[in-house]
Amino acid sequence: MKRKIGSQILASILVNSVYAMINYPVVLINTLLAPLAILAVVTFASKGALLPVAAVGALIMNMVSSGTSLQQDLSHLKNDMRLQDMIVSSPTTSLVYIVGMAISEIVYSIPTLAFLVILNVIFVKITLLGGLIIFLDMATIFTFSISLGFYLSTFTSDIIQSWGFSGILSPLLTTIPPVYYPITYIPYPYRYLAYLSPTTYASEIAQSQTGFFNPGVVGFSIAWIVLLAITGALTYLALKRSRWREN
Amino acid sequence: MRIQTSDLSKTYDKKYTALENLTLDLNLNGIFSIIGRNGAGKTTFVRIMSTELMPTSGSGFINEMDVVSQAIEVRQQIAVVPQEARPLPWLTPLQTVSSYLMWRGYSYREANEKGKEALRELGLEGKEREKSRKLSGGQKRKLMVATVISSEAPVVFLDEPTTGLDYLSRKELWQLLSKMKKDRLIILTTHYLEEAEILGDQIMILDSGKLVDIGKIDDLRAKVKLPYVLKVYSDNFKIEDNELQVHPVSEKETFVYGSATKIYGLMPYLVTNKMKFTVEEASLSSIFEQYVGGEEGENEKEDW
Repeated sequence: MKRKIGSQILASILVNSVYAMINYPVVLINTLLAPLAILAVVTFASKGALLPVAAVGALIMNMVSSGTSLQQDLSHLKNDMRLQDMIVSSPTTSLVYIVGMAISEIVYSIPTLAFLVILNVIFVKITLLGGLIIFLDMATIFTFSISLGFYLSTFTSDIIQSWGFSGILSPLLTTIPPVYYPITYIPYPYRYLAYLSPTTYASEIAQSQTGFFNPGVVGFSIAWIVLLAITGALTYLALKRSRWREN
Repeated sequence: MRIQTSDLSKTYDKKYTALENLTLDLNLNGIFSIIGRNGAGKTTFVRIMSTELMPTSGSGFINEMDVVSQAIEVRQQIAVVPQEARPLPWLTPLQTVSSYLMWRGYSYREANEKGKEALRELGLEGKEREKSRKLSGGQKRKLMVATVISSEAPVVFLDEPTTGLDYLSRKELWQLLSKMKKDRLIILTTHYLEEAEILGDQIMILDSGKLVDIGKIDDLRAKVKLPYVLKVYSDNFKIEDNELQVHPVSEKETFVYGSATKIYGLMPYLVTNKMKFTVEEASLSSIFEQYVGGEEGENEKEDW
């Protein structure tokens, strides 16, 4: 029979987001609440001054959350439901499965993304080129988080371990690093620590377009190079080294 | 369908040998039952042959395709329900079957049509749109089996599909499998020897990762020392013979295992003493005990 890759991708999207949203709408509130909660706190604490930074930061958090959610979803489907074993033994490849699952996370985030994009359009003044750069920045950090999520999910043996990973990743990648606030707010030498997180580079790129941080051409280029290098390396690891078939 | 292995072995963490130099070559259709105690290597065999797990050494082939180097080609031909797999609770039965078929590459429409057909055959047509979490345990297992059986895969692996089900639910599943085994090979692992006996066109016995024997039930029976069982219903029956195995079941019921000559040699005594009796061929559980032996729990390991 002729197998349709589109159907294989659609299956992941339907199972992991569309059917879940239809059957359990409460999950939509959950995904919406996390980035908006920090956005609200930062906005109120800065008396509105940091709203544009936080609005872009919420977008970054949303992208990273897709990866942590993916890690939890994949781990649950693999360890608790044994679905991944059925998929491994089917004509679906790991790449097709992960692409479908990654898109499903985006579909899951559509209401949140729509809200955040509207917020950004209203409160963040950027050029068309700036918008395009932020879009590419988001796409890269999304690829990074999805790869990380997939990579970790193949190593988790149960859902408790998976929650542990998510619990660590979320603050380390979004809450503590300068995602919701400019990096200049961090005093030296702690600022160097912030550069351990790839989201700092993504955030610098986004903040440079909103006028909150000026890294200069060199800093801007370095941020892109580091972000792309980390994302590339992790994507390679996820595709090549993760345990699709167990040893 | 052809299943071959050559010195197939699997050792976990360089310590635990789950499968040891398994070599077999089978050309068959229908149901291939795999039995063995916990830790015998049943699940490991299924996981390697269904391309989920890498062997430590040796090779395995399905329809002459290597399960390691030709995994992509093998996966076009197989479908598996792993041990402990269950339907996702947020999906309806129709969504469960159709999404699996879509993962196999069917279009949305084809998958839905085939899904509805499978659920009809399963007797779940009224529950197509109910969430799977509301199904009974038996219905959930049947749904998982229907999910893979509804596909075009000619080789289907079912790892303990009836574990935990009550007798009637198991019987329903047996009927489904008997109906579905035409033109395909179903590789079934089970702890229920009665199930393996009823369903298995061929039976493989594994013990501590090694192949003990393989064949039709009659072939296996022919190889054991005690292939017949005499059931005597009398409180006066007493016998001592080293070549017979005597199991008093109750005060009025005794089972005697032995060869045809020995068992039929007892007939005159039973008839003279007007004792009620029946003679049957030894069941798979008796054959299994004779092959594997040992007390319950001895050598028992984690299920691999």
